[in-house]
Amino acid sequence: MSDPLHKDQDLRADDGPIEESQKTSETPLLNVSELRSGYGPIEVLKGISLHVNAGEIVTVIGANGAGKTTTLMTVSGCVKIRGGDITFDGRSLTGIPAHEIVKLGMAQSPEGRKIFPRLTVLENLQMGAFTVRDQVRVREDIEKAYHYFPILKDRQKQLGGTLSGGEQQMLAIARALMIRPKLLLLDEPSLGLAPMIVLKIFEVIRELNREGMSVLLVEQNARLALKIANRGYVMETGSITATAPAQELLNDPRIQAAYLGE
Amino acid sequence: MTGLTGLVFASADTQFFINICITGLTTGFLYALIALGYTMVYGIVELINFAHGDLFMLGCFFALTLGGAVMALTGSPMATIALMLLATPVFCAFLNMLVDLTVYKALRTAPKLAPLVSAIGVSFVFMNIGLFWGGSQDVNFPGLIEERNLLAEDSGLQFTTTDLLVILVTAPVMIGLTIFVKSTSLGKAMRATAQNPVAAQLMGINVNRVIAATFLIGGALAGIASVIYGLKIKTIGYQMGFQNGLYAFTAAVLGGIGNIPGAVLGAIVIGMVYSLASAYIDARWATAMVFVILITILVFRPTGLLGARTREKV
Repeated sequence: MSDPLHKDQDLRADDGPIEESQKTSETPLLNVSELRSGYGPIEVLKGISLHVNAGEIVTVIGANGAGKTTTLMTVSGCVKIRGGDITFDGRSLTGIPAHEIVKLGMAQSPEGRKIFPRLTVLENLQMGAFTVRDQVRVREDIEKAYHYFPILKDRQKQLGGTLSGGEQQMLAIARALMIRPKLLLLDEPSLGLAPMIVLKIFEVIRELNREGMSVLLVEQNARLALKIANRGYVMETGSITATAPAQELLNDPRIQAAYLGE
Repeated sequence: MTGLTGLVFASADTQFFINICITGLTTGFLYALIALGYTMVYGIVELINFAHGDLFMLGCFFALTLGGAVMALTGSPMATIALMLLATPVFCAFLNMLVDLTVYKALRTAPKLAPLVSAIGVSFVFMNIGLFWGGSQDVNFPGLIEERNLLAEDSGLQFTTTDLLVILVTAPVMIGLTIFVKSTSLGKAMRATAQNPVAAQLMGINVNRVIAATFLIGGALAGIASVIYGLKIKTIGYQMGFQNGLYAFTAAVLGGIGNIPGAVLGAIVIGMVYSLASAYIDARWATAMVFVILITILVFRPTGLLGARTREKV
């Protein structure tokens, strides 16, 4: 199988981000406005607004505990909306349970991967396609997942819990792809992985985006995230403190000092 | 004491031993049906459903009442047994699901102690319903099956018609359950939900529906056990749920709570130990022996015989 991606390490390469101006006329695929949510007595998100246009990779960067994971969990419906609203594909998600949101075409590869440890790799992928009725399509999509991550094919009979961290991350992403999502939410796909594997995963993310999938990426590895993203948001203690095209954030001295270690 | 043992044994040592083992095995199979309800519910909501044994007891009274009515109407023991085997699981399944919907569901996100204490409460409610239903004295279950030894008399071995009934009903049920959990979409969804409910939601699995299905299936298995118990042991009472439930729960822990084959294995071990201890030590020591074995195994294997040995990688 030939590597369809560029050999160079600059993941943004030639085709670059889509210009923001081309996009502004459309309604965003995902629109989060003044969103508040949290756990028990703790309010984590204090009224955040962000959006993802169709075809974009948008990243939310920020320190540990800033509320990035809560943002994704609220968008996915696992954490209740306490104020504000989320619309996806023109529909409000307030009051819609997580399992129904999946059917609208949104998938998430969650923090800590959350693969099913005592299901095989193949069964994990089948679970990803739980809402898909057409079994022929499911088989095609499993083959496609193996195309993106060939190692998973070698491991398909193995239990999910026996995979290495990198393989588990690949499985978590592959599992999310099984519904052919319009929007893919990725929570820290680089966490704890060797640089080579991170690179491989980010190449796949970019390839998926080129095929038309929109991506909302949450990352602590800000440099990497901003390199593949069109736009970025900076999150601090439950609020969005900055937003700009990814390239601008990469060049912003304050961002460099706070998140890029320069 | 409403134990499951008490057959007449042959004299020769080996014959005696084999007969004890047959008794232990059928006892174990019966406990397995109840243990599966504990283990499946625990696997999915981490709740020790203390009301499960009393659900089994109510199933016995339901089967008795239904059986009496059908027998009076049709006069056919076979039709009566068939109807009991169909209707009692349905009764227990829906009762179990109803308890989940009205009591446990509201406490899903509460600390684990809250549903646990509620389950003990439900257990008392059930026991009192049983008391109201059947009275404070043990009642006889109609002997719809003639207790007859199926093996040649001169072999000295005992394998009776009710032993056969236990095997004929429980074995296919357990095989069917294994296939269901392993291969069907709902079965896989149950395993996925047990392993990671948040991830299951993100797959589009309606977790509440999966939990309801688990209570339905666990209840149905208890209902099947109720009918078999009634037909084999022939004496039921409102307090029977406690002791039998405790053995079944112990079986589930012994096998590794949350593990389906483990519950069956644990139940067979407990049936065997109980039966052998009754025969070779003293019937009064049998219960103590069961728990000595339990404690010994848990000291060396805290996760039970087939429980997951290691936590998953994070």
